[in-house]
Amino acid sequence: MSPFACIVRRDLLLAFRRRSDVFNTLVFFIIVVSLFPLGVGPEPNQLRAMAPGVIWVAALLASMLALNRLFAADFADGTLEQMALSPEPLFLLVIAKVVAHWLVAGLPLVLIAPVLGIQFDMPADAIMVMAASLVLGTPVLSLIGAVGAALTLGVRGGGVLVALLVLPLYVPVLVFGAGAVVASGAGLSAQAHLLLIGASLALSLVLSPWATAMALRISLD
Amino acid sequence: MLEAYRLECTRGDRTLFRGLSFSVAPAQLLHLAGANGAGKTSLLRILCGLLLPAHGEVRWGGRPIAAMREEYAAQLLYIGHANALKDELTALENLEIGGTLAGRRCTRDAAFDALEELGVGRCAHLPIRALSQGQRRRVSLARLALGGTGSREGDGKNGAALWILDEPFAALDTAAVAHLENLIASHVTAGGMVVLTTHQPLAVTAVTMLRIELDIDMDARR
Repeated sequence: MSPFACIVRRDLLLAFRRRSDVFNTLVFFIIVVSLFPLGVGPEPNQLRAMAPGVIWVAALLASMLALNRLFAADFADGTLEQMALSPEPLFLLVIAKVVAHWLVAGLPLVLIAPVLGIQFDMPADAIMVMAASLVLGTPVLSLIGAVGAALTLGVRGGGVLVALLVLPLYVPVLVFGAGAVVASGAGLSAQAHLLLIGASLALSLVLSPWATAMALRISLD
Repeated sequence: MLEAYRLECTRGDRTLFRGLSFSVAPAQLLHLAGANGAGKTSLLRILCGLLLPAHGEVRWGGRPIAAMREEYAAQLLYIGHANALKDELTALENLEIGGTLAGRRCTRDAAFDALEELGVGRCAHLPIRALSQGQRRRVSLARLALGGTGSREGDGKNGAALWILDEPFAALDTAAVAHLENLIASHVTAGGMVVLTTHQPLAVTAVTMLRIELDIDMDARR
């Protein structure tokens, strides 16, 4: 097995044996999204209008919550040193870790979001667009978040620092992601928004693993 | 051949050592000694390339390791203070992952044999969580037995030429210590290099042993 596949498999196995962590993210997402209708009131038009924003903000916060798990355990038990000393380039191993992280923390959100969309009485085509924007957008969140998580490794109060570091970079994804759903609701094409999210996915796929690997080496120093 | 050239290490505003030069040739063992806090672990981490020295450089085969990171990594096996084991995974899974990460072709049988050799074959299918401190250390050290000295000839990819071990004897019982000493001795005799730190007297026989004592009260300390 290649080191890349080995890391993906290992992280999925670890997540499977520590299931509570996975459910934390998902439950947080469901709770936040479900509380809004209760707080705002049962006016269907209002709910339909705010659904894209609420779901996207909740997805963003949920994936940020999961960030500190990305490297912290590997850092604490010395596995991260072994990865840095592997003959395999570190950025490849970083991509493997981010892929596994997205499968565990991002994909469940994407899968449950349509159900939550029904809860907000969203029309079917808006739900389709939302799912598409989340499929493209949540990997960007994981990739950008990895840089933040790597930079704040071993720092006390790192959780707040990660939020401050990555939130400004999350904002464009949020704007385009929620914007895509709003546009489709208004009868416009969501294509432009989705293309822009796709572009940021391509960009972060190239830049973020490299930046994360650099940040990890600094954190290990 | 591993060379350290005029290494200087500063942690915070404290200089741990300065102008430290030495070399380790094949079939040599370097024993780093010194009091707690003298900078042994920092020196090992510098030799691995995890830590950048404030001055000087580490060379492998005459070339600075910073310029040949992956190539050097393939020749290196580092076992640090931390065991690099996952509590939730079994000993066997941990060892397989460790071997794969280090760039070995690691089969399940080879991993099992390595655990068996370190005397933790019985625990192969137990999660690390259930093992004692000494057993965890043995599982971690099983990476040395994994495609170590035996399969080194012929295939440069299998087995590391340079072992860097940070307190390998910590938490081990006497039988395991003796076994590890044998393992180290056979690696060195086969032409490998070992750099290690320990506070115990080393009983590795028939091996060229170098010793560096890091002094905590060196005048370099500011």
